Amino acid sequence: MRRFAALIDRLVYTRSRNSKLALIADYLRHTPDPDRGWAIAALTESLDFPAVKAGTVRALLATRVDEELFRLSRHFVGDTAETAALLWPEPNRGTGTIRAPERRRGAPPSKVEAATPAVLASLERAPRLRSGTRDSEWRQSPLSVSQAVDALSAASRSDAPAILASLLDRLDADGRYALLKLALGGMSVGVSARLAKQAFAQAFGVPVDDVEELWHAIPPPFAPLFAWGEGRAERPDLADVAFFRPFMLAHPLEEESIDLADYAAEWKWDGIRVQIVHGGGETRIYSRGGEEIGGAFPELVAAFDQDAVIDGELLVRGEAQGGEAASFNALQQRLGRKLVSKKMLADYPAFVRVYDLLAVDGDDLRALPWTERRRQLEAFVPRLADSHFDLSQIIDARDFEDLAERRAGARDAAIEGVMLKRRDAPYVAGRRAGLWYKWKRDPLTADCVMMYAQRGNGRRASFYSDYTFGCWSDAGELLPVGKAYSGFTDEELKWLDKYVRDHTLNRFGPVREVEKSLVLEVAFDSIHASKRHKSGLAMRFPRISRIRRDKPTEEADHIATLRGMVT
Amino acid sequence: MGKPRTWIEPHPSGIYVRPADVWIDPSRPVARAAVTHGHADHARSGHGAVYATPETLAIMALRYGVDAEASHNAAFPYGEGFERGGVRFSFHPAGHVLGSAQILMEYAGERIVVTGDYKRRRDPTCAPFEVVPCDIFITEATFGLPVFRHPPTGDEIAKLIGAVRAEPDRSVLVGAYALGKAQRVIAELRGAGWEAPIYLHGALEKMCNLYALHGVDLGELRLVSEADKAEMAGQIVLAPPSALNDRWSRRLPDPVTAMASGWMRVRQRARQRMVELPLVISDHADWDELTATIIDVNPRETWITHGSEDGLLRWCELTQRKARALHLVGRDLEEEA
Repeated sequence: MRRFAALIDRLVYTRSRNSKLALIADYLRHTPDPDRGWAIAALTESLDFPAVKAGTVRALLATRVDEELFRLSRHFVGDTAETAALLWPEPNRGTGTIRAPERRRGAPPSKVEAATPAVLASLERAPRLRSGTRDSEWRQSPLSVSQAVDALSAASRSDAPAILASLLDRLDADGRYALLKLALGGMSVGVSARLAKQAFAQAFGVPVDDVEELWHAIPPPFAPLFAWGEGRAERPDLADVAFFRPFMLAHPLEEESIDLADYAAEWKWDGIRVQIVHGGGETRIYSRGGEEIGGAFPELVAAFDQDAVIDGELLVRGEAQGGEAASFNALQQRLGRKLVSKKMLADYPAFVRVYDLLAVDGDDLRALPWTERRRQLEAFVPRLADSHFDLSQIIDARDFEDLAERRAGARDAAIEGVMLKRRDAPYVAGRRAGLWYKWKRDPLTADCVMMYAQRGNGRRASFYSDYTFGCWSDAGELLPVGKAYSGFTDEELKWLDKYVRDHTLNRFGPVREVEKSLVLEVAFDSIHASKRHKSGLAMRFPRISRIRRDKPTEEADHIATLRGMVT
Repeated sequence: MGKPRTWIEPHPSGIYVRPADVWIDPSRPVARAAVTHGHADHARSGHGAVYATPETLAIMALRYGVDAEASHNAAFPYGEGFERGGVRFSFHPAGHVLGSAQILMEYAGERIVVTGDYKRRRDPTCAPFEVVPCDIFITEATFGLPVFRHPPTGDEIAKLIGAVRAEPDRSVLVGAYALGKAQRVIAELRGAGWEAPIYLHGALEKMCNLYALHGVDLGELRLVSEADKAEMAGQIVLAPPSALNDRWSRRLPDPVTAMASGWMRVRQRARQRMVELPLVISDHADWDELTATIIDVNPRETWITHGSEDGLLRWCELTQRKARALHLVGRDLEEEA
């Protein structure tokens, strides 16, 4: 854990991409299995310990630290894991007692402490800890990453706090931070999955595209991957696995014009990009980051019965759209669910609009030009149930101007813009210059009045960076219509933060109500009816586009105007 | 919340001692000011008369053009003081920076101490904090949250020296507040055996000279403006925090950005400042020091002036000590902690 904690510490403070790559590569080369595998999985957020959540940590801390002091500290630090790592009481600490008063008055021991004898029993269950050492020896020996992972995986909801406590007791503040980040995720050290794979490739001198493909087919701690990287084993065979192929991505279109003889145009649908893979007797649905999300969409998993790999957009049908694709807002009802009720399946039926065919009947098509893949895709889609799969249509535009006109005229709720794909391009991983472009619809904007502000998280913990804004109702009242925390520059953020501090009317915990004196121009992709807000509206991806210090608040927009933009 | 005393009144702009008509650390010009130490958020220009330690007056003369020799100003070494309007004022070491003092006031059988800023750990550049028994203890609370526990200073200095040695082609640029922190970092480095010249941003020069005049040995110091780029490789450079990510630092050989501050304990704070090497070195008491000091002084009441007063207030509540927060304004917590 010491080496891993040191790595995280270095990564937190390292800004350059090359330095990050060098740090990770060095760690991977010099750390044994399975620690390095677990570490890299933690860095790329691919570990999950269902029994250990932020709530577990908060509940555990509440048994050791006064809740009010924890709350104040959490506000200041802006991150639960870091707060807990710093607050965790160490033996022989000074005078700063921070326990809740009840405990000092001799209240019965809390559940967590009462569970202590059971802790060791449960740790014994973890295979790597079954060494027969005594409690005191075990506590003093350095904790390895894999011991921590084993202990956390073995935890049940009831003994998780006690297990976590016994691990925290064996670490210093940096170690505790590393452990809690590993347990809870949200590492925020600026390491994407892509960067980690590149570091792996750099560490062992292997092609990054191979790493990309193998990565998702081999579960952490990736022992066969390291064996291959170090030349101790052959490249793992993926023939019988429903493995993930890295997505091909698009650059925003910045060119003035593009020749449609070279590029095909399709609508860009506002759902979630998915890859559906059937192989080795199973079907998997991968999200853009390679996360398996099939559990949330059982009807699609059941309906995809062909030996193939497709790339498409997952959408839901809306009644208001006459059974056609509904807005992202509707799709959100289906995301992130572990159990899907019959009602959910009936109210928000999912389907996939298919963009591309990456493999079919055992043949990998990715090296073929788009035109050839498209020809095979058109032949393939009829093999799928049309209730759940349809073909993304090519926009039959005469020329670029015609396309621009159609893009401007598109009013469909689920259209986000246009995609342009180079006709002779193979399907390659990542964002490559000149092959695919996305050309989003221009955002809508509204002039709104800042109403409340809240401090941000992480590096923005000291800034009021999340703003709730409103528009005028018919009764002349300001009603909140959305909340935004992006779109401004660092300089503007400083200005906004100062504005909030200088114009505070009321404090409600972390939230400040401000004088209704500042107009913000808010840009958003679309706006929908919503029961969640008093205004009856919800914006999709709102961000601050301009600070309108010049504009009097009376001239901000009316809710009626916004209602006219609803799709 | 206790009722304000009749003879001492906390105001947003400072603490007013009514019978003596004296303000302590006022943030606006007044006729008579008693000043705890030379930092800008406690010491201002424009007062009629200033009462302070000789070192603080010298610092105010250097920074704000206060005339230390003028007859209306008065300097009092530690342990000494003056009487006015029946109030006996005296100055006692606070261990914060050179000349920093707690001010003890005695009136009608009651003793009140204003700490200004203070710390308890050893600092080779100033006199150590003294516990002054009192009825009302008016304390700072810059680091009044239990997340703030400064590690041993020696460990942080070792980290700094380790970083310089690890990259002999680069310099390590340490952001350190011009009054107190910079001189302390230098003195700690000397104490750890770092004998090489230390390079300074011009804004630090005068204060380092003032410390040297008061007997604090800082070893050989050179100005960055007078050095070549190449000679600073593998060396330590000090600059005020505002210069860290400024164009000024381009004259250094590929600097590693470090910063010496208690705020560096929180990772995201360090990231905000674009710091690569955070050094948790502070001139303010950390949580353990604040709470230990309240126990040591054991006052009847604790008043908390600035910082994370909510945290310290909560601790007083948990340990059943009478306390209240004074909401003073104009205290700049970010720069010099």
